[in-house]
Formats: sequence, structure tokens, C-alpha cells
Amino acid sequence: MNTVLWGVLPYVMVVVLVAGSIWRYRYDKFGWTTRSSQLYESRLLRIGSPLFHFGILVVIIGHIGGLVIPESWTEAVGVSEGIYHVNALVFGGLAGACTLAGIAILIYRRRRTGPVFMATTRNDKAMYVVLVGAIALGLWTTLVSVGAGHEAHNYRESVSPWFRSLFMLQPDIDSMAAAPVQFHIHTLVGMLLFAIWPFTRLVHAFTAPVHYLFRPYIVYRSRDAGQRPTAGPRRRGWDPVGSPDRDR
Amino acid sequence: MRVMAQLAMVMNLDKCIGCHTCSVTCKQAWTNRAGTEYVWFNNVETRPGQGYPRRYEDQERWRGGWTLNKRGNLELRTGGRVKRLLGIFASPVQPELADYYEPWTYDYRMLTEAPLGDDFPVARPKSLITGEDTKVTWSANWDDNLGGTSELGHLDPVVEKVQRESEDKIRFEFERTFMFYLPRICEHCLNPSCMASCPSGAIYKRSEDGIVLVDQDRCRGWRQCVTGCPYKKIYFNHRSGKAEKCTFCYPRVEVGLPTVCAETCVGRLRYLGLFLYDADAVTAAASTPDPQDLYEAQLDLMLDPSDPAVAAAAKAGGIPDDWIDAARRSPVYALAKTYRIALPLHPEYRTMPMVWYVPPLSPVVDLLAEQGHDAEDRATLFGAIDALRIPVEYLAELFTAGRTSTVTEVLRKLAAMRAYMRDVTLGRDGDPSIPASVGLTEESLYELYRLLAIAKYDERYVIPTAHAEQAHDLEEIGCALDVDDGPGMYESGPFGEASGRPVPVAVETFQALKQRQTTDAAPGGDLSGRVNLLNWDGSGRPDGLFPPKRDGAS
Repeated sequence: MNTVLWGVLPYVMVVVLVAGSIWRYRYDKFGWTTRSSQLYESRLLRIGSPLFHFGILVVIIGHIGGLVIPESWTEAVGVSEGIYHVNALVFGGLAGACTLAGIAILIYRRRRTGPVFMATTRNDKAMYVVLVGAIALGLWTTLVSVGAGHEAHNYRESVSPWFRSLFMLQPDIDSMAAAPVQFHIHTLVGMLLFAIWPFTRLVHAFTAPVHYLFRPYIVYRSRDAGQRPTAGPRRRGWDPVGSPDRDR
Repeated sequence: MRVMAQLAMVMNLDKCIGCHTCSVTCKQAWTNRAGTEYVWFNNVETRPGQGYPRRYEDQERWRGGWTLNKRGNLELRTGGRVKRLLGIFASPVQPELADYYEPWTYDYRMLTEAPLGDDFPVARPKSLITGEDTKVTWSANWDDNLGGTSELGHLDPVVEKVQRESEDKIRFEFERTFMFYLPRICEHCLNPSCMASCPSGAIYKRSEDGIVLVDQDRCRGWRQCVTGCPYKKIYFNHRSGKAEKCTFCYPRVEVGLPTVCAETCVGRLRYLGLFLYDADAVTAAASTPDPQDLYEAQLDLMLDPSDPAVAAAAKAGGIPDDWIDAARRSPVYALAKTYRIALPLHPEYRTMPMVWYVPPLSPVVDLLAEQGHDAEDRATLFGAIDALRIPVEYLAELFTAGRTSTVTEVLRKLAAMRAYMRDVTLGRDGDPSIPASVGLTEESLYELYRLLAIAKYDERYVIPTAHAEQAHDLEEIGCALDVDDGPGMYESGPFGEASGRPVPVAVETFQALKQRQTTDAAPGGDLSGRVNLLNWDGSGRPDGLFPPKRDGAS
């Protein structure tokens, strides 16, 4: 069981994530968008969306810090486990709370604003369940650690070595299996989130426009460059006018 | 000097009757789709009026276009790159649907399916966004023909500005106001701020003809371009989540056909042609410190294609000979640079817009005629142009960032043409002092009159085709039978003939379409010896009406 969960599933997830993203990029560039609903509603979005996005960016940085950097390294520069965990709890908890608050506002908005709800697909709804699940469970693990105080489980001795060992293709299954159950659930939901990532609107994160900082303002492109549209079946974006969202 | 070619348009506002044919045909051609219900690549605004979307010219609010920063360098009004990226999660100043209007349809089924009763059945308006009942409170043309202007006229940002700067009040009483129409499409700017705003780099300017397009496969829906464009001519397709904009009908102009809006214009007020410009000088020109000098700076960018040095540089830059030749015959160049009567819309946005306007003399002429003056007399017209400050100031705010002398000069030229040509039309000798008073010769004034009043199709639209040796890039690999007259052609999509899937955007189909639309004669020998009976007026016997006679021998 542990072998399947912590030795096989992570690699399945990576294969689905990578292959799915390549497939999506090659066959569905037109669908690769944020599908913004700001046109319908802007007031709540302008509070919720930055709260969520900046929160999740800090959360991601925190995860990288916690999972990738070995404990021995931080101790070598004089950060004791206690200091590290207080830091992780304060910043991680704060960022997690912001993220959760942000997504709560966004989901409230999505449900209560008619046009926004109308533009929500089933895919979106399923994605929201997994996304909120991962964030809430992550916060839960953090809070449990807070409650436990000094007896808290040190995930940097269980989850982190396992995470790093995955990249060595020598998964350290035992150390992960030793972690408490809430870490297990959080990790599983996280893996599920990454597995469905390429098939949801979350893909927009992969095309975060960092190159905007470096490109010239004016873009010239020759008519010849890029492929011409082909006479395939009628392409999306050319649906007749109506409000077919209701029929979905 | 890096010479590039730019397809541009000039609209002669005196001839616009505000019929909205351009808007409707454009909509039918391009934005008759789900997600683009509120999208008007072409719209016609009544001025004074708020425009579409409402008050889009108020850049204090919408923050479109460029400004000069403290060091005198160009900067997007929304700030630098880092600041803009940090604001990406919720675009700070994006217009909402309410700033455009909520598109609607009517529940027509009710009219035919309502049960018999005492009341007339009513087709209630239904929102195209939610499908629910809705109340129609605004649309793309709510203030058409000054409708409601006595109440809302002060909301026009240009009116606000003129009133702030002049002691006179603009009067919106029906008898005392002035009015003209302003058709607007994407400006296909030389220095587009939408492009500079796009985080993904999906918006690009075609290096061959300067048309600004959105790569639908690279657009990620960050919607920064909507904010960036000061003309609000980039729209967000709320179904596909992508930005869309006027394409200058590139599939048509590639084969030498005018854009749909120009083709269907009832007043024949649109001119299409080429500019050659110096691409290396664009940024410097757009950074001109005084906004009122931007018009001249923009005009200076336009190179004289008759100048051998320019032609040589153009050739060195890879511009084909027939394009250089087309640039020499360009009506757009003639109106903007030779006669200097076409002006760019809001040059103060510093985007170097490439749709130019001949400002209307009609507000002046109408007022004179109403007051019983001779509206074709030079002295009266010139006097009125100087005296009627409000219309001139309003036009100056639109076209020259407020410099009235430029607008006055243009209006005087138009007035001089009017006065001079009246004499000629009435069989009198033209008065050579009239053209001289606006710095033109009799010949050039007559040429201007020809260009504005009677220029034919091929004089109004001088569009070089995309180049022959590039043709294979324009064609598509499609079913050979799907082209015009092939069996596949009669497959009909939901929007009528040739809509939907089968007919590819390809040279053959457009050449055939062009043939059909532009020929005066019934198609004869071209179509493999057949005659279109619908075009036959019944007289004579056109070639090909009957199959060729067989020789006795064969």
C-alpha cells in the first residue's frame, strides 16, 4: 500500500502532469487562457483575486523552502528547528489564511454573481473542490502542528527527505509512511491537484508572463510566420449568439 | 531609416450620414458570435456624445495610451512593466459590461406561441449574458443623433474639456447645437499601447502591412490590452476568454479588396491606401513633448514615396515594387500629407493612430444655412469658421490635441473648395484667388475636389495585394472541391452562404468574390464561358449564353 501511494503515485502524477501539459499545449492553445470573468464582475474580484494569488505564491515559495532545502542546511546557517517552525507557522499560516480567504471570496462571487456562475463549467467546479481541499488540508496540517507545540511532527525529517528522494528515483517510502495521517491526505490531494492541472483552467499558471519584463514593447511579426488556420471542423469561438450557458 | 509599409484609412466625416451600415456589416462579418455580442469592431458615434464604451476618452479614469514620464520618456499610463505585472491578478481599470451594455435579444417565441387571450403577447427583452429577463437601459448607440444629449451631453469628455477651457457654454438646445458622426475602427497604430500592455506578447503588428492583430493561440486572457488601448477598441470575448479586435479585414485586403466597412459604406467616405513610414523614428515622434505638436510629428513620419531616396530605402527594406507604386497612388497619403486635410484621432494618446479623419465642415455650413446666409460663399464661410469657436474647439480636441489653428486651416481648405467649385459648377470662371487664399493652386484644388467628391472605387481603395511569390503562404490546404463553384461551396453555415466551416480563407475564393463584386459587366469569358442569367439584362446575346456551335466537321 505504502509503495503504491508514495512510490508509484508520485510518478504517475508527474507523467500525467507533463504529458497532459504537452498535449494541452499542442492541441488546445485556444483554450489556454485564464477565462477571466472580470467583465461580468470586478468589485469582489479585485479583492479576492490578488489575495488568493499572492497568497498562493507565498505558499508555493514556502513549500519549496520546506521540501527542497534539507534541515542540515538551515541548521548550518544557524537557524534552529524552533525558529524555523515558528517562521513557517507564522508566514505559512498567514499566507494560507490569505489564500483561503481569497478563494472564499472568489467562490462566493462565482456562486452569487449570475453571469459568473453561468460561465462556470463542471470542470471548474471539480477543480475548485480539489483546490480548496488542498489548501484547507494544508492549513489543517499547519494548525495541528501549532496545537502540538514542541511535540509537533517535524515534517522536514519525514516528508521532505521523501520528496527529495523522488527526484533521485529512489523513493524513501518508509520516511513518508512515518508521517502523520493529515500530511498523507494533504499530499494525496496535492498530487490529485497536479494530475488534473493540465486539464483545467489552472494551466494559465504555466504561462505566467515573466518574459513581459524583457520583451520589446512593439512586436513585429511577418505574415508568413506562424501557421495559417486550417479548414478543419468549425473552430471554437464561432458559436452562434444566444445564452447556451444555460443549457450546459 | 527603416522604411515600412502601413495600410491606413481616411474617413471624410462630411459625408457620414450616420446610417451604421459599416457597423452592421462588420458585425455580421466578424462578431456575430457568442461571447462577442457586445463587440463592435466598427461603431459610429454621434458627437457630441459619450462614445462607446461610455466616456472612453476619459483617460484619467481609463488610463489608456502613453504618457511622458519625468525624464521625458514614453511610458504606459498604467505604469512600468513591474507595476503592471503585479496588477495582473485583477486588472485595475478594466471596463465592465455595464460600461458597454448588456446585450439582449427578445423572446420572439412568445409572439407566436402565446395562448389566445385578451392581451397582446409581448416579446420581452432577454439578456444574452444570463438568459434572464432584462431591462434595456443602454446600448452602443444610446445617444445616437443627440438622443438624450440635452440631459447627458455634459458627460462627453471632450465637451467637458472644451467647457473647462472656454468661457462659452456648449448649448445642447436642439436649435443651437451642432452634430456630426464619428465612425471608429481600430486605429492600427504605429506605436500601439495595447501591444505594449500585452503580457503574453500575443498582439503583433504585421511587418508587411502594419495591421495589428491578436494571436488567438498566444493570448492568455490577461486583458491588459483592454486597459492599454485608449480607444477601447480591444474587446474581451467573454466566452473564449481571449482578446479580439478589428482585423482590418486582413483576409480581404490581402487580395486587394477593401475592408467590409469601407466596401459597404453608403456615403463612400472611406479611403484605403498605403503609407511608407520610418519605423526607427516612431518612438522619438511619439515622445514629442508638446501634445499639440504630435500631429506634425506623426505627419513627418510619413515618407514621400515619390522621393527616389525613399523608394530605394523601401526597396532595400524588402518592400515590393508594386507596393511602392501603390504608395505613390495612395489616396490616404494625398489626403493626409499632400493636402494636409486628414487628421489623426486623439494624437495626444501618443499611439500614432493610422485611421485619419477629414474633419467635417458641416456644423459650420448647417448653422450658416439655417441662419439664412450663403453657406457657399468664401467670405461668409471663412468668417463663420473664425466666429463659430465651439465646433472648431471641439474638433481640435478630437483631432489635434486642442490646436485650433490646424483645424481652422483644414476647414478653410474645405470651405475654399466649396466656394471655388460652386463657380465652376455654375459655369462661371473659377476665382483663382480662392485656392490661393488657402495655399493651393486651382489644379490641386480641383484634384482635391475630385478625390473627395467623385473618386471611384479604384481611386478610393488602392490596396496592393499580398505578394504573388508569398501566395502559397496565404492559401490553405483544404479540400479542392470546397472552393468557389466547387461542390462543397453550397454547404451553408448558420450565418448564410459561405459561413461556417468549409470555404477557406484563400486567394482563389477571394479573387472570385472580388470578380463578382467589382465587375460591372456580366461575367463572361472568365467563368469558363458561362453567363450568369441573373446579371443578364435581356438585351443582346452575350458570349457564352448558348454553348458553342459545333462545326459541321466535328
